[in-house]
Amino acid sequence: MTTAVIATLALEKHYQMGGQHLRALKGVDINIAGGEFVAVMGPSGSGKSTFMNLLGCLDSPSLGRILLQGDDVSRLSAAQLARVRNKYIGFVFQQFNLLPRTTALDNVMLPLLYSNTPKHEAIRRATECLQLVGLAQRMDHHPAQLSGGQQQRVAIARALVNQPALLLADEPTGALDSETGLEIMQLFQQLHQQGKTIVLVTHEPDIAAFAGRQLTFRDGELIADKKTQPQNAAVALQQFRQQRLAQVSA
Amino acid sequence: MNTLTLFKVAAVALRVNLLRSILTMLGIIIGVAAVIIMLALGAGARYDVDQQIKSLGGNVFVIFARGRFSGGAREASGSSQGLTEMDALAIEQQIPQVNVAAPTMRASGQLIYGNMNWAPEIHGVDNRIYAAQSWQVVEGRTFSDTELASAARVAVIGQTVKRELFGAGDALGQTVRVNKMPVTIIGVLNGKGQNTQGNDQDDLIFMPLDTVRKRIAGLTLSSPKAVRSIIVQVEDERDMADVEQQMDSLLRQRLRSTDSEPPFRIRNLSEMIATRSETMQIFNGLLAAVASVSLLVGGIGIMNIMLVSVTERTREIGLRMAVGAEPKVIMKQFLIEAVLLCGLGGAIGLALAVAVSLSLQHFAGLTAIIELHVVLMSVGFSCLIGIFFGYYPATKAAGLQPIDALRYE
Ligand SMILES: Nc1ncnc2c1ncn2[C@@H]1O[C@H](COP(=O)(O)OP(=O)(O)O)[C@@H](O)[C@H]1O
Ligand SMILES: [Mg+2]
Repeated sequence: MTTAVIATLALEKHYQMGGQHLRALKGVDINIAGGEFVAVMGPSGSGKSTFMNLLGCLDSPSLGRILLQGDDVSRLSAAQLARVRNKYIGFVFQQFNLLPRTTALDNVMLPLLYSNTPKHEAIRRATECLQLVGLAQRMDHHPAQLSGGQQQRVAIARALVNQPALLLADEPTGALDSETGLEIMQLFQQLHQQGKTIVLVTHEPDIAAFAGRQLTFRDGELIADKKTQPQNAAVALQQFRQQRLAQVSA
Repeated sequence: MNTLTLFKVAAVALRVNLLRSILTMLGIIIGVAAVIIMLALGAGARYDVDQQIKSLGGNVFVIFARGRFSGGAREASGSSQGLTEMDALAIEQQIPQVNVAAPTMRASGQLIYGNMNWAPEIHGVDNRIYAAQSWQVVEGRTFSDTELASAARVAVIGQTVKRELFGAGDALGQTVRVNKMPVTIIGVLNGKGQNTQGNDQDDLIFMPLDTVRKRIAGLTLSSPKAVRSIIVQVEDERDMADVEQQMDSLLRQRLRSTDSEPPFRIRNLSEMIATRSETMQIFNGLLAAVASVSLLVGGIGIMNIMLVSVTERTREIGLRMAVGAEPKVIMKQFLIEAVLLCGLGGAIGLALAVAVSLSLQHFAGLTAIIELHVVLMSVGFSCLIGIFFGYYPATKAAGLQPIDALRYE
């Protein structure tokens, strides 16, 4: 077996809240191989985001270990974690988190700024990524001039620009309408087909069905890990649009 | 991320909140401008004093008759002896290093010409005054010996008096009334302009000593040849101390004074000017110190706005960290923002100071000199203020946890 892109060993995260001790993650063991598309499911408060933040090196575990491409990243300093995120991780957030009053291109270039990529190289790569997400025509638009779906595409381009080993998305369709959500899922499936490793948090089973593997959390524990034949997002999108047309004409 | 890029990022951040950036800078702008203007005026005053001392040659003494000398009458108790014209002559003749010793006498009075009147300084002099105070008669002539001996009703006037009474017209040969007495103008002095204290040096009129003594002051004097002061010009500046001693013993002997406090006082003009300017320097320094307090207040304003900015941009900071900004890079970004605010404020303050100094020079006739080291120091200092007051907000930004920052509402 090849080394996993990311693996966790007895992963625990504890929070101290007003004297109360909360075990947000209770010993999670997981292996995610290169090229996998994994959906993380579970009710609200079950620890999905906590788990994602640990995978993404945004936070350090209380107990247990995280191996990123075989290297232990569980006990790194804030500066070391920043470098790891910059090099190996791409994030997509529910709220897009784009810099306002900054063009799409500059937003996408942001990670490259922190890796000291030469400017012309950064522009070339950012332009490529924006083309990949279908926004070649919108490069000099500010977030306020873009729709929610377009903003999320910019965010996805930003997550891809440093060619990360792992693409993490926390409820990326949560702030979008169903149709736009399906469009975004279609984009993720397309990226997956190009060989990207993707971990995506959602509490909607419909969305999770587009991934090839579903992890289910409850109360900080991993209670299910199953592989399925993924639904095709392009087909789902087409069906959705036909249904809507039928409703309008009816 | 290299420093140049960080500067660009900071510049963009400041431009986004342009009005706020300008208002924040205002404190620094005003502070820096005030400090530079104060220092420029101080330097200007110093320059003026140097010039004045230079123009006096640093080789001039003034000997004053001590005691109240009202209207030319000496009213001191004790010695009945006052300074006289003969003392001036003795100084000039018996002390070889002395070029010239000019006796003078002041009086006050009104000049009337037609329906105009004017009140310049009235000096009773003889022809030594021109050499002693570096005056030149540019129109007409000086007093003749007969005029001097006969208390003639003639006068040589300064440029200001000429301008005020005659405008562009001819002054020579005109008759003016000095305290009702008709006086003929026989000469006009060259113009000297203002002195360091802003006093007009050309607002004066010379008349023969006897004329002033007998016809204007009109008081009984201790001696018919009494004078109020003697202006002494020494050949070589290096002999000043020696000459002062010689004059002191000569005058004590002549005035038969054995007191520890003789009835005269010898003042070195350049020393007098230097003393006066010292007071002004202290005052200027005080103002500069007050101005630097406003710099401090400006710095606190910077800190306040930077703290607000860090709070407002918590999510942005979280995002930057998430995509790979190390804490020290975030720190640097905010420090550079603060330094840019202050440095820019300093530069604008400098420009303002230059503008104000130039207009003070142009409209108020003050000398203002902005020295290079003051420019470098004030802009450098305002950058330091940026680092000092930006440090805490920057540390706060760098210390944020990425997940908390990203989740911040
Ligand atoms: N920073 C925190 N401090 C304290 N408790 C937290 C913090 N983050 C998450 N939690 C708690 O941990 C649990 C899991 O949270 P989270 O991972 O956000 O759940 P999910 O994303 O599945 O909704 C919740 O009970 C939540 O209240
Ligand atoms: Mg969550």
